[in-house]
Amino acid sequence: MKLIIAIIRPERLQAVQDALQKTLDEGDNYRLTVASVDGHGRAVGEVEYFRGQQVRARMAQKAQITIGVNDAYVEKAIDAIVAAARGSGGGEIGDGKIFVLPLEQCVRIRTGERGGSAI
Amino acid sequence: MLDSILGGVAGGVSLALADPVVAAQAASAPAAAPVVAASQIDSGSTAWMLMSSAMVLLMVPGLALFYGGMVRRKNVLTTMLHAFVAMAIIGLQWVLIGYCLAFGKSIGGFIGWSPEYIAFNGISHDALYGDKRVPELVFAMFQGKFAIITPALIAGAVAERISFRAYVLFILLWSTFVYCPLAHWVWASGGWLFEKGVLDFAGGTVVHIASGVSALALVLLVGNRRDYPDGAIMPNSLVLTLTGAGLLWFGWFGFNAGSAVAVESPVAGYAAVLAFTTTQTAAAAAALVWMLLEWKHTGKPTSLGVASGIVAGLVAITPAAGHVTPMWAIVIGAGGSVVCYLAVQCKARHRKDDSLDAFGVHGVGGMWGAIATGIFCFTPVAGLVNGGGFRQIGLQLLGVGVTVAFAFVMTIIIGTIVNLVVGLRVTDTQERDGLDITIHGERGYHL
Repeated sequence: MKLIIAIIRPERLQAVQDALQKTLDEGDNYRLTVASVDGHGRAVGEVEYFRGQQVRARMAQKAQITIGVNDAYVEKAIDAIVAAARGSGGGEIGDGKIFVLPLEQCVRIRTGERGGSAI
Repeated sequence: MLDSILGGVAGGVSLALADPVVAAQAASAPAAAPVVAASQIDSGSTAWMLMSSAMVLLMVPGLALFYGGMVRRKNVLTTMLHAFVAMAIIGLQWVLIGYCLAFGKSIGGFIGWSPEYIAFNGISHDALYGDKRVPELVFAMFQGKFAIITPALIAGAVAERISFRAYVLFILLWSTFVYCPLAHWVWASGGWLFEKGVLDFAGGTVVHIASGVSALALVLLVGNRRDYPDGAIMPNSLVLTLTGAGLLWFGWFGFNAGSAVAVESPVAGYAAVLAFTTTQTAAAAAALVWMLLEWKHTGKPTSLGVASGIVAGLVAITPAAGHVTPMWAIVIGAGGSVVCYLAVQCKARHRKDDSLDAFGVHGVGGMWGAIATGIFCFTPVAGLVNGGGFRQIGLQLLGVGVTVAFAFVMTIIIGTIVNLVVGLRVTDTQERDGLDITIHGERGYHL
């Protein structure tokens, strides 16, 4: 099991969800957690103005997707996110990043079942 | 009240006792016009119009909240600024030239021109307006608020992608070459539609049809948002939108009941309370009908539905406010919600991104209200249901047709010119990242 954390442009969220649905959904609705996050990568944040003072917030608004997958689905999910998050214009600074982490355990609270079947 | 009793009953002599300045004038020139004019000022009407003017101005921030809540969070500031900047631009344009073009001496019924009106330079603060018993300045200010809100209504249709520079230029040209002539035709003594007898109590044609139709024309020029219709374009805060709808309803009492003096009788009073009552009644009926329609149709009575119904009802009653009875105002308000609801539903089919439904509500609701005025009016002329036949409906249709054609064609022309000069639309990257940060260098919401 792996935990995939993807940080993407908020406006690509819809496309990424559609792509993940196509790849992961097997009629039981795939699972996904989304958060609105602020941060920066190579791109520095935009310059803002507040009462005439220039402020560089060093932050850009992004969407963060967290999704747990079984090993067989990891590559497919990564490919789907990369393709959809890049958009039609091809890659640009600010498109985001994907982290893949080993996932030690997964528990479905309702039933108490564990492991791959709980994902 | 005291002034008017003295002026009416005892004439200049009584008033001269009450006011030493007037007394001095009366002594030097007993028959001079200013003495008579000063004796005719109606303090109640004047106070109500001053209040109404402020209430109509409050509708502009109300509109900013109403529209601002419906866009995505990355565009909330630019959308609200569209309304606010109209207060700055048209607030000046009206004083400098707008009032002169709309309410100056009529040239053939098509445009006004009185050089002394430029920058209000020749308007004395103690002059009355025409045969009205209110100062001309209060009339000019009241009308100026209408001029401010009308172009701001258009902004909703092209929200989230029109360039700020283009918008500023557009509203200046549009107000000068579309709003001012229309206001002249419909409201000014000598205006050709006014003289024909077209009724528009508070701006069904001049404000709502004109802005609604222009909104649609501008959408055709600017194009749809990049994420429309496939992306999920969700409102950042319907809380703002509901607050805005409430302020609009409040301000609309000034808009409609204030117009009692502007377009009807020399004093406010009976016409004002009638307009006040019909405004309340139509808005309530429309809010209820929209809610019920939606509840039946989609299964959910939404807050945005109630807010939209309020605005649809207020738009529909605007041209009819002082011309119909409260009972018919219920029908006009309810009908306004039905036609606007259908119009907004149709948008999904024709795929024109009138983003915040400026045409669907103001254009369509305005047309219904203007025609309904001819059906239900009882004063100053009888409409269809009051035995007046089809004559007034014909006149109202003329008003609607002329306004639709003029506003549409002129907006295409002005929009095309603005597009050539500065470009109507922001770049794709600006639209993607949001207009707040890319154009204004600000965000509406931080962590």
